[in-house]
Amino acid sequence: MLNYTSKEVAERSALRINPAKTCQPVGAMYAALGVYGCMPHSHGSQGCCSYHRTFLTRHFKDPAIAASSSFTEGASVFGGGSNLKTAMRNIFDIYDPKIIAVHTTCLSETIGDDLNAYITDYESKIPEGKYVVHTNTPSYVGSHITGYSNMIAGFIKYLSENTGKKNGKMALIPGFVNPGDMREMKRIAKLMGVDYTMLPDTSGVMDAPMTTHYEMYPKGGTTVEEIQDLGNCEMSLALGEIACDMPADVLEKKCKVPYETLALPIGVEYTDKYIMALNEFSKTEVPYALEEERGQLMDIMLDSNQYSNGKTCAIYGDPDTVLGITQLACEIGMVPKYVITGTPGSLFEKRANAILEKFGIEGSTVKANSDLFEMHQWIKNDPVDVMIGGSYGKAIARAEDIPLVRAGFPILDRYVHSYMPIVGYKGAMRLVELILTAIMDRMDRDCADEDFEVVM
Amino acid sequence: MDPRDKVLDKYSSKVYKNRKEHVITIKDGEPNVITADTRTVPGIMTNRGCCYAGAKGVVIGPLKDVLTITHGPIGCGFYSWGTRRNKAKGDESTKSFLEYCLSTDMQETDIVFGGEKKLRQALKEAVEIFDPECIAIASTCPVGLIGDDIHAIASEAEKEYGITVMAFSCEGYKGVSQSGGHHIANNGLMKKVIGTGDASPVKYSVNLLGEYNIGGDGWEVERLLKRIGYNVISIMTGDGSYATLKNAHTADLNLVQCHRSINYIAEMMKTKYGTDWMKVNFIGIDTTKKSLRDLAKYFNDPELIKRTEEVIAEEEASIAQGIAACQEKLKGKKAAIYVGGSRSHHYINLLNSLGVDTVLAGYEFAHRDDYEGREVIPTIKQDADSKNIESITVAKDESYYKERLTEEELMALRADGIPMEEYNGMWEDIMDGAVITDDYNHFETEQFIKELGIDIFFSGIKDKYVITRMGVPSRQLHSYDYSGPYAGFKGALNFANDVTMATHIPAWNMLTAPWKKTPTLNGSLGGNE
Repeated sequence: MLNYTSKEVAERSALRINPAKTCQPVGAMYAALGVYGCMPHSHGSQGCCSYHRTFLTRHFKDPAIAASSSFTEGASVFGGGSNLKTAMRNIFDIYDPKIIAVHTTCLSETIGDDLNAYITDYESKIPEGKYVVHTNTPSYVGSHITGYSNMIAGFIKYLSENTGKKNGKMALIPGFVNPGDMREMKRIAKLMGVDYTMLPDTSGVMDAPMTTHYEMYPKGGTTVEEIQDLGNCEMSLALGEIACDMPADVLEKKCKVPYETLALPIGVEYTDKYIMALNEFSKTEVPYALEEERGQLMDIMLDSNQYSNGKTCAIYGDPDTVLGITQLACEIGMVPKYVITGTPGSLFEKRANAILEKFGIEGSTVKANSDLFEMHQWIKNDPVDVMIGGSYGKAIARAEDIPLVRAGFPILDRYVHSYMPIVGYKGAMRLVELILTAIMDRMDRDCADEDFEVVM
Repeated sequence: MDPRDKVLDKYSSKVYKNRKEHVITIKDGEPNVITADTRTVPGIMTNRGCCYAGAKGVVIGPLKDVLTITHGPIGCGFYSWGTRRNKAKGDESTKSFLEYCLSTDMQETDIVFGGEKKLRQALKEAVEIFDPECIAIASTCPVGLIGDDIHAIASEAEKEYGITVMAFSCEGYKGVSQSGGHHIANNGLMKKVIGTGDASPVKYSVNLLGEYNIGGDGWEVERLLKRIGYNVISIMTGDGSYATLKNAHTADLNLVQCHRSINYIAEMMKTKYGTDWMKVNFIGIDTTKKSLRDLAKYFNDPELIKRTEEVIAEEEASIAQGIAACQEKLKGKKAAIYVGGSRSHHYINLLNSLGVDTVLAGYEFAHRDDYEGREVIPTIKQDADSKNIESITVAKDESYYKERLTEEELMALRADGIPMEEYNGMWEDIMDGAVITDDYNHFETEQFIKELGIDIFFSGIKDKYVITRMGVPSRQLHSYDYSGPYAGFKGALNFANDVTMATHIPAWNMLTAPWKKTPTLNGSLGGNE
């Protein structure tokens, strides 16, 4: 397994090996799936759309719908305007969505297709009560996280309006997380008595139930009316600084909705901050239900600490998720030795280093725009007790015989994960359980017979 | 109304005009002409991928000791990383790089100023880290648009590092599907690899073409062939390697499994080296038996013929009981198969032998010959899209060319029903009245399930859960749902067991909650007691 990854860390300036990121359009597609009645549309070659649908379907084990402009060489030379027009007509005709959310690809970006102009030209032909929005997602900038942010901003730019009449709501913009996480964030907001609109909201879409009849547009997702009404929210909360700050800022600029940016609420402190922000907004007392959950989590963390304390870990994946998991790992006494994301941007490094510093952890390596090959080389030189991240880390885990805790994106080789949260106190409990089980299973496997414990 | 007409009727006139040529109902005795390998209508949710997926994902990617570098932004390389189940095993003499995903991860500045410098540097780093004997560069969409000359860079690198460097201009927008990418990849292997080795020819030697070792299919076929006494020189390209492909020209015969993706190499090798080719199908019990017998007849050695019958008898006996148990549970079921370019045909016979009728079938990216048979090739019209795909001609290689069998001997084999340089397409096995949809799409999938009462649907991951959600069991025939092998005798049993399992999942009987089955609530209104 990974036999050609050597200990000597290779200096690279051009070659990406085993990436910890993918391209913008898939993030845009995921965000668009979080809008009710929405058909994501990929303006490029068929392959992009096919790959993105495949990737999302493999992670969620649920259908990810999307259409494509199906570029050929001709369209690449003469522009994709006519393909897009035909596509919009056919999509409304055959699949009857409420809204089409177009995102670009490296192909349409490189040839300079002007989506604003194409959509404006087509406006008069959009059926009554239907919508077309777009965002630019050049695959050669940022990562899938950037595409996710861009698509959310696209919805806001096209649809949100400040009508001058406040709706008393809070806009919640979740980071690139699973529907199970979005459900948990909403549950907490509801418990806190906060009237909210979440954009995007893939719960009910990418975790829709089996009913024996297929719904192309399942019950979940933010409605167009709710997105329009976002402009009348009292404030918005961006939950995940790297993915969500930009769209919240767009909403403020366009509709004067003030916003606050928080870390993705993973772990105790970040969940506390989320609840305090909700509390500040609703001015209602934190209900006992949440206090109880927090207390349970505290109980677990105290009881089990001897097994997590001092254990080293490598955390990799999407920036906001990795920051949250790093915070939680520190909270249970672990030592995050390698903290990486494939997504470029120095803010990640700044935030990760701040967490480590806060917990007095020294000697760790934090890096944005990194990849799994590089992290593996570090591990070869100085191993860790646990790895935490997505499925692509499993080759390293196998090669180095390190237990792997699956959390984040993509998880292509396990089931149920997308239904279960890692955010909130409940999510923290789950993550702690996953980490402890990984560590303790390994102790049971590796210890001598005479050291084998029935009670731990 | 005919199910086909009923479904097509729902399209707008423009879409109808396009799709009516791609969707037909089979009528025995008729020519059953279909339109294939043409552009997908934009906006239609097709299952097709792109040229890059066909070249890098299908043909080049599985070559284990070829270090493939995707030149482009990160996505394309990422999505084709370990996701196709083309199993491979490296050893001391042959490296396997398949756990690695290499990309130039092009950034905006590379798009603006050109990506050649970055590609050169990436090649340097790749050579330093992996020390490969062969590198493949696969282009993605923007590379062709900005005009990076990957072929010149490949030539430079060959000189500089003393290794083979192949370059594939397989930008996603080329052609109309993955198919163009197969052709481009075939050309590259023909130009740069096949025929460059110096191994001596061995007896009863074959290459297995168009076998990608999904779920270990190639290994299972290889096991059978070796049991009988054949020498497998190379497999193209599942668990294949640069090391073995170099000597492919020494084989006597090419066995073509996936016709669509690799018939170009079969044809070119016939011209260049005189290698005969035979269409085989190792999916299915009857078909595997026929392919093995055809092969023995080609070599016409009594010992091989005898050994073939012994192996067939042993292998068949080992699965008979298991197959019979599955037949019992599957008999009378109706299947739909929608896969890439040959597999939809390959499974029809196997399903038949399990008592399952294929009432709906189609290909994602096939050409008319994959449906109607190779005899229609001369009548296929070239269009703007197919003309954009590189087509190369090869000449007789004077040092390696060898006539294996005379044209008369080949004619005699053909007369005996052995498909020498022949393929009769899907029509050979499809039943009368079956609905065929070329370049199938989401809408038609949903509609035909309703119209035709499908019991089991074989397709890919994008529609798997759509189908399941409709209450219809679904198995992926691209990836075998992480099972397999499905080839050969043992593979047929694996397949039969998997299909039986999929149609008999306990949860199928629990889908309706008890309160949905009770028409009214028991109890009484308050105050009545």
